[in-house]
Amino acid sequence: MAKRVLIVDDERNIVTALEFLMELNGYQVKVARDGEEALIYVVTFKPDLLLLDVMLPIRSGFEVCQKIRENVEMQHIKIIMLTAKGRDVEVDKGLALGADAYITKPFGTRELLALVRQLLGESQ
Amino acid sequence: MSPRLKYLLAVAGLFGFVIALIVAGSLAAWSSMAAQDRVTLARVVYANLNLLVFCTLALLAGLGWFVHLFFKAYIYAASVVREETRTILTANPSHRIDLAGAFEIQQVVHSINTLADRYQALQSEEEARIREAKADVEAEKNRLAALMSELTQSVLVCNGEGRILLYNNSAWQLFSQGAARRSSNGAGGLVGLGRSIFGIIDRNLIVHALDNIHHRIAQGDANPVSQFVTTSKGGQLVRGQMAPVRDQRPAITGFVLTMEDVTRRVERSSRRDILLRSLTEQTRSALANIRAAVETILDYPEMAPDRRNQFTQMIQEETLRLGAQLDHTLTEFAEDVKTAWLLEDMLGGDLVAALRRGFENKLEITTRVEELDEPLWLNVDSYAIVQAMTYIMSRLKSDRGVDDVSFKLKAAGRLARLDMLWHGPAIDAETLRGWEQQPSIVDGAGSPLTLQEVVERHGGEVWCSADRESQTAYLRLLLPVTEPEPGWSEPAAEVSRPEFYDFDLYHQPGQSPEWDQRLLAELTYTVFDTETTGLSPAEGDEIISIGAVRIVNGRLLRHEVFDQLINPDRPITEASIRIHGMTPQMLRGQPTIEQALPLFYQFAEDTVLVGHNAAFDMRFFQIKQAQTGLAFTQPVLDTLLLSAAAHPNQAEHSLEAIARRLGVPVIGRHTALGDAIVTGEVFLKLIPLLIEQGIRTLKDAREAAQKTYYARIKY
Repeated sequence: MAKRVLIVDDERNIVTALEFLMELNGYQVKVARDGEEALIYVVTFKPDLLLLDVMLPIRSGFEVCQKIRENVEMQHIKIIMLTAKGRDVEVDKGLALGADAYITKPFGTRELLALVRQLLGESQ
Repeated sequence: MSPRLKYLLAVAGLFGFVIALIVAGSLAAWSSMAAQDRVTLARVVYANLNLLVFCTLALLAGLGWFVHLFFKAYIYAASVVREETRTILTANPSHRIDLAGAFEIQQVVHSINTLADRYQALQSEEEARIREAKADVEAEKNRLAALMSELTQSVLVCNGEGRILLYNNSAWQLFSQGAARRSSNGAGGLVGLGRSIFGIIDRNLIVHALDNIHHRIAQGDANPVSQFVTTSKGGQLVRGQMAPVRDQRPAITGFVLTMEDVTRRVERSSRRDILLRSLTEQTRSALANIRAAVETILDYPEMAPDRRNQFTQMIQEETLRLGAQLDHTLTEFAEDVKTAWLLEDMLGGDLVAALRRGFENKLEITTRVEELDEPLWLNVDSYAIVQAMTYIMSRLKSDRGVDDVSFKLKAAGRLARLDMLWHGPAIDAETLRGWEQQPSIVDGAGSPLTLQEVVERHGGEVWCSADRESQTAYLRLLLPVTEPEPGWSEPAAEVSRPEFYDFDLYHQPGQSPEWDQRLLAELTYTVFDTETTGLSPAEGDEIISIGAVRIVNGRLLRHEVFDQLINPDRPITEASIRIHGMTPQMLRGQPTIEQALPLFYQFAEDTVLVGHNAAFDMRFFQIKQAQTGLAFTQPVLDTLLLSAAAHPNQAEHSLEAIARRLGVPVIGRHTALGDAIVTGEVFLKLIPLLIEQGIRTLKDAREAAQKTYYARIKY
């Protein structure tokens, strides 16, 4: 069965690109536009992996990450955080709150795909 | 009348008298004699003439010897006793006179020594009382001193003429950086008591600032201050503020300068400008290329596939380049980006201490420190952080009942993790977000800034989490660490403070050519000594070391010293190595006299030079004048000559002999600085002795020195 990827970002262009990239590589994809929506889809869509932007309306990516990690039943969900700011304080915070990886925009699509595969335990 | 003249007169008088007596007696006898008796006598005398002459001469010699003994035992001994008694009275109360001369003189000496014992006892008692009284004043002074030395800002106080009366360590460091770079041991610093402020700061600037203050006073400004920005000689950018010292308005008797090195701040802000400009330029050009490529593809859909590929590749290249440039720029300017807000450098431990004080005093929270990485420097606005965290703590206490927290501060690369831990569950993200957005006001006091704003301005992050196993929650404040600003982070090794403070200098007259009229006790001196490769400057002997110390207001300032070894560029003789102990290895790599002499010149500027047998050293300086262009034109005093003027009857005036006579301990001789210090102390002891003899002004001293015998020796 295809693995599920939840894309959480409020920027239309990057969502389009990511959605296209993930679907093309055989993942089942859903998109959340803000932090609140993301937390709902985490329950209803049951994703295996989150592509989570930091700067989001309503709830920040950090909050979403923290909420997920607080829930014992969601520990298996992999979280890749994306940010445009790229400051080391954010990287430290993201990893401290339970993110599995932290990627700074702009990133290479191949590099991102490799990371997703690795986290989902799929060999190349 | 000198004892020698007295002695000659006495001998001459006595001889004259005896000869006159013999001649008169002989004449009287001759005139009363019968004629044949005269013939007989003449024959007898003629026959025994040799014996008679011998007897007369023996009588005269015996008389002369007696007079000599008498003079030595009474008159000369008495004048030695007189001089030494004066030494006891004015310079060295512990001095005692040796028993010499006649029994009566010895008895007088004994009585004087007994009297001196009592006098000394009385004096030390009096001194003890004076010391007690002074201690209070001193304590007051020390409080001020401590306060000033704690200030990170540089403070200089000057009198109306611009002479430095007081300064703190920070000021010394700020202005000695440039000088220290030139001289390995930091000698030749420009800040010193009694030195001119114009050596440090442009005279026009000071005059301008004073004018501003006068203007403001005239306008009725109650608190007239003047601001300025200047460059120090070391190249730092200095922002300063001048405030007047006023006894009775509107007269200004002096001014206080507070200064700060803003070089780094200004550098940062100009680097930020550069960053912004380069980012803009790079982004513009890359975007232009991308836009051109994209628009071409959109406008010409029927383009051939390989051509189209070319454009797509171009877009990819441009985006890659843009990303790489951005990364590069941000790494290079990382320091400048994060310190956009002007903050102070602070030790992490101090920030934790400030937080604990705030929590304990304001909220009655029990606090502990669990772990502290030291030293960890943070660039923070400590006030804003303490206010914001105190607000969060107040909410923790009121909403969650937390009244006991502990702190951890750990370094993680370029970041510092400041954790506040408590027993219980973590605050959930929404609640914390709510708290973060509230102004930091507790009980009506605090700051209008929110924690979110404070964290943002520091380029930090904050979050709350919990360790499930230990049931411990923590609030983590992530802050960037910084390199401490050079200069004030390391407390100066100097601990001796009192020499930095001397308010009597307020009454120091300004710099003028009328040095001669000034009293010896009030002048500023540079006491110096040199070591040389030999005794013949004219034959190529060179200076290998200059040491100097300053005397201001009758006090030897042991911390305002000049101490410089000098490479003579010529072999050193074994004989001189035995005196000064300096080997060629020790002098290798030291500056040459051409480099060192200007530093000493600067150190000695505007002061009277004092040396022991100074003519010798001055001759060396004079020979170097052609090379360095430096002429030491200030007045020079010689302790050798002054000692001879103060003690004309003492035979020895070597530095050691004078020091012994005046009760100055001789330590560290035959190093230039050691000798300079001994010379300085001797000089201070000589001043009251000279005053006793009516030698009060610089002119008196120079004239007295010229009169003494030694002045005629020329090097």
